[in-house]
Amino acid sequence: MKTTLVLSTALAGMAFAAAAQEVNVVSWGGAYEVSQVEAYNKPFTAETGITVNMIAADNPATPLKAQIEARNVTGDVFDIEVSDAIRLCDEGALMEINPDDLPAAPDGTPASEDFIEGALQDCAVANIFWGTVIAFDGSKFEGEKPTSAADFFDTEKFPGKRGLPKNPKRTLYLALIADGASPDEIYDLLGTPEGVDRAFAKLDSIKNDVVWWEAGAQPVQLLADGEVVMTTGYNGRFFDAMVGEKKPFEIIWDGQYMDMDMFVIPKDAPNPEAAMEYLKFATDTQRLADQAKYIAYGPSRQSSAALVGMYQDGTTEMAPHMPTNPEHMTTAVMDDPEFWADHDAELTERFNAWLAGS
Amino acid sequence: MANALDPHAAIATTATGLADGRLRTADGKPLARALARSQSRARRRAFLLVLPLLAFILITFVVPIGQMLQRSFYNDGFSAHMPALGQWFDENPRGTDPDEAAWTALATDLEAAAEARTIGIVGTRINYDVPGTRSLFTSTGRQVRRGIEPPYREALLEIDEGWAEPRLWSAMRNASTPLTGNFYLAAVDRTRADDGSVVQVEERQRVYVMLFMRTFWLSLVITVITFALGFPIAHLLATLPMRKSNLLMILVLLPFWTSLLVRTTSWMVLLQQQGVINDILVWLGVIGGGQRLQMIYNQTGTIIAMTHILLPFMILPLYSVMRTINPSYVRAARSLGATSWTAFRRIYFPQTLPGLGAGALLVFILAVGYYITPALVGGSSGQLISNMIAMHMTDTLNWSMAAALAALLLGAVLLLYWVYDRMVGIDNLKLG
Repeated sequence: MKTTLVLSTALAGMAFAAAAQEVNVVSWGGAYEVSQVEAYNKPFTAETGITVNMIAADNPATPLKAQIEARNVTGDVFDIEVSDAIRLCDEGALMEINPDDLPAAPDGTPASEDFIEGALQDCAVANIFWGTVIAFDGSKFEGEKPTSAADFFDTEKFPGKRGLPKNPKRTLYLALIADGASPDEIYDLLGTPEGVDRAFAKLDSIKNDVVWWEAGAQPVQLLADGEVVMTTGYNGRFFDAMVGEKKPFEIIWDGQYMDMDMFVIPKDAPNPEAAMEYLKFATDTQRLADQAKYIAYGPSRQSSAALVGMYQDGTTEMAPHMPTNPEHMTTAVMDDPEFWADHDAELTERFNAWLAGS
Repeated sequence: MANALDPHAAIATTATGLADGRLRTADGKPLARALARSQSRARRRAFLLVLPLLAFILITFVVPIGQMLQRSFYNDGFSAHMPALGQWFDENPRGTDPDEAAWTALATDLEAAAEARTIGIVGTRINYDVPGTRSLFTSTGRQVRRGIEPPYREALLEIDEGWAEPRLWSAMRNASTPLTGNFYLAAVDRTRADDGSVVQVEERQRVYVMLFMRTFWLSLVITVITFALGFPIAHLLATLPMRKSNLLMILVLLPFWTSLLVRTTSWMVLLQQQGVINDILVWLGVIGGGQRLQMIYNQTGTIIAMTHILLPFMILPLYSVMRTINPSYVRAARSLGATSWTAFRRIYFPQTLPGLGAGALLVFILAVGYYITPALVGGSSGQLISNMIAMHMTDTLNWSMAAALAALLLGAVLLLYWVYDRMVGIDNLKLG
């Protein structure tokens, strides 16, 4: 009897220890995942001994929502967009995160003041700023090269296929910018039927020339294969192809769409303590600056900016490639999580109807 | 020992049990009852054998599908978290203007939901019926959490004018009972007007009816193509000498064993504009470099890839039926003067019908529910209704809507099955 008790206690202890020794992180895959593995996961495992299982998804919010709805949460930390983080927080699905628990900046500034505005939400902590930008293959244009969002929609001047993501969020704004709207009136326009009509009318003009993509790695592939001459995509992925793989791609910063990626922990996470450890570790000043060594996304802490230096090859200055570079921000559209929490369903339906119609 | 199943025991009773004209066993029990009891024991034992299978089907099939279908008409996202307002709706008939009691109920519920962080769920439910109201709930919730003072009507209108909208109150009343038909209405591009009548949605929002039609039309086209391609192959398989037909069979089965994703991706490599087929055509000079054909990311891509993937489901049932057809019937017809076409049409073809029926039904039903292939190669014009179901399952997370669409699809397939049964007879189906 006694032996059984001791044995079962030992077993339970082992099971607990084994469970505490890992954390499942769901992120976006590709070059972005590599940057997180290098900057966060490897030093985290070295320091704490906790194994990090990296899981890739086209958009980690998708499996997260499905896991919550099915009441079977298997991930501990999810890297998702702001609008999804706010929405899921409002639905009570995420753990609340107290900013005082996060590490302060090296100079002692508390986390709540160190993070850029909007980067700390009730249930989420941002790690990076990233942009959706237009890129083209410079070697495919002999004469004039495209320079603006309007050129993206000008198939007469620049013939060839275009790559666009299959969702309303990152297509409608671009159509409006190309149609001459100014970046700060985008959400006012999309809030009215006339503005939405205007965006769809502009999209109609290139509908037959569009190849639709869904995963972040696709646009880079489409461009490299020559399936499209121009495509929108995530700026870090293009940077990885341009600098890391020496592809002759060029980026148009006009009309970039700025968004944040946020770490969240679902309420029913299997390893909540390890998840919180990971989140604190990954969002400290040095790790955020380290990530910029591997991918061109802007860190969410002010104190990290000064530490961002060279790309991992040691010769490429990162600043000109950052979406947060002031020169790139002049015509940038900021993500509006409130707007999308409200109108995503409606505009997605309209977008699908438009897409399916011939 | 007397045993009900022992024939000798039964004979013994014949001799002893004739007193009241009923057969009895050796120990004097009526034979019929003993027999029934032993048979029911055997039946119970047989039932125990199939019990694991039954439990498996129940747990993995009937229960989840039932739960899913239930979501299509049952959504308690609003009613479960807004009890006070629900009670007010129960006590006051439709058409009553919201009085201070209603506003008080609304404020209490909002406060509780904001505290419990369920206000997002409430807002999402109403947002399905009145787009653009989700943030009304969540932003009001954030303010209410800091405290709210009566009179509540003024306090809430102070936070947002939108609370006075009659359309919002009508939607909240509809959502205050968890049972709703609104998802089915939305699944056929209909909605409720402010006065509760059913109307079509705006033309530019209509998508589902068109996608249902497209799904059935494409499935029909694919079924016909698989028949046209599969029939001769199945005939060859059934009639060639064993050695050759075995080789041919491997060629049919090999793609069948290959992963679906691999096959679909191979089609992408072959068909894309910078792909193998276009390269060959340009090299041969059939088309110029600037006129590469668009064969994928549209309906053509969906049809080609799905036909290829579903072909074995047509060939295999046809083959199994054709193999059993006695060749002497056709020979007899020919010897009686029929042309080869007549012999085929009147003698051979009718005998393949059970296989054709099975193959066509299999291909059609599989095609109706296909979604990976159209999602990958369909572009925008090759999307099917199942892609919308998948989208509502994973992206918008409107599972009620996904369930309503799936229920309609299931209903349509069952209807088709019933029609098939009435016209051809399910007994004539031969799967192999």
